[in-house]
Amino acid sequence: MNRKRPEPVQVVKQRRDAALRALVAGIPFVQFLGIAFERHGDELTAVLKFDDMQVGNPELPALHGGVTAAFLETAALVELGWQNLWHEIESGRLDAESLNPGTLPRMPKTIDITVDYLRSGLPRDAYARARVNRSGRRYASVMVEAWQDNRTRPMAQATGHFLMPSPAAE
Amino acid sequence: MPDKVGIRGAGQRRFIDELPFCRAMNMVLEEVGEGTAVVSMPWDDRLVGDPVTGVAHGGAVSSLLDTCGGVAVLSHPARPSTTATLNFRIDYMRPATPGQTITAHATCFHLTRTVAFVRTLATDEDKANPVATATGAFVVQT
Repeated sequence: MNRKRPEPVQVVKQRRDAALRALVAGIPFVQFLGIAFERHGDELTAVLKFDDMQVGNPELPALHGGVTAAFLETAALVELGWQNLWHEIESGRLDAESLNPGTLPRMPKTIDITVDYLRSGLPRDAYARARVNRSGRRYASVMVEAWQDNRTRPMAQATGHFLMPSPAAE
Repeated sequence: MPDKVGIRGAGQRRFIDELPFCRAMNMVLEEVGEGTAVVSMPWDDRLVGDPVTGVAHGGAVSSLLDTCGGVAVLSHPARPSTTATLNFRIDYMRPATPGQTITAHATCFHLTRTVAFVRTLATDEDKANPVATATGAFVVQT
């Protein structure tokens, strides 16, 4: 029985949640919009908590298209940053507890993002999940989908390209 | 996604003020022409997307561009009554300089019975080097 005993679940959860917090909590615009992230294992769900200030069409009312775009871009960026961070955290190369925006690896930068508005955003919470379809040394391509009440009826989808942080800059 | 709230009736500045998100972002409608619009957004620390460099979040810039595009659509001579964004593609050329006002220019260069086509440009105080450009299709009701 030389196999290493698995770590206690609480230790694993604490480490992962601390890493996720470090990634998200330091971004003022994400806090301003009211975006939080839920984690199940390595799977992230972005949650946009509805607030009256997010409205862009008061008559319907509907979410401002810019809020939806910012939400999708944030979900894509954090997913990408999270995937880059995951191996560093799990392997112990980075100490999750001491991570803060200053010590985090640099985040990818958006090159372009294309947003399709599929349904008008209702005045209630929205959710988004991103999928990294290509993650290379120079750039990554990410798809992201947002929904509100029904997972099968997305309100918006987007594809974006992101410049990966250059290792030399770290 | 601006709508028909008083773009021509109640005064141009009020139009933006009546959209809660634009008000929250302190956007200002600077100019509106026949299918063109200029909207500015003063610097605010809440806009920051990268706490290390202090650079504005891409989503803040795209919100400004989306708003400006919507205003340009509503100001088109065909006078659509409402509009909503259908598709929007944003290209980020360079980070906006922290502390500077970001200004968007939009032109609605074609409008059919159902769709408006828009181009937009965002600059900070260095007007010669664009921060971002975007093209969009908006649904309209005439």
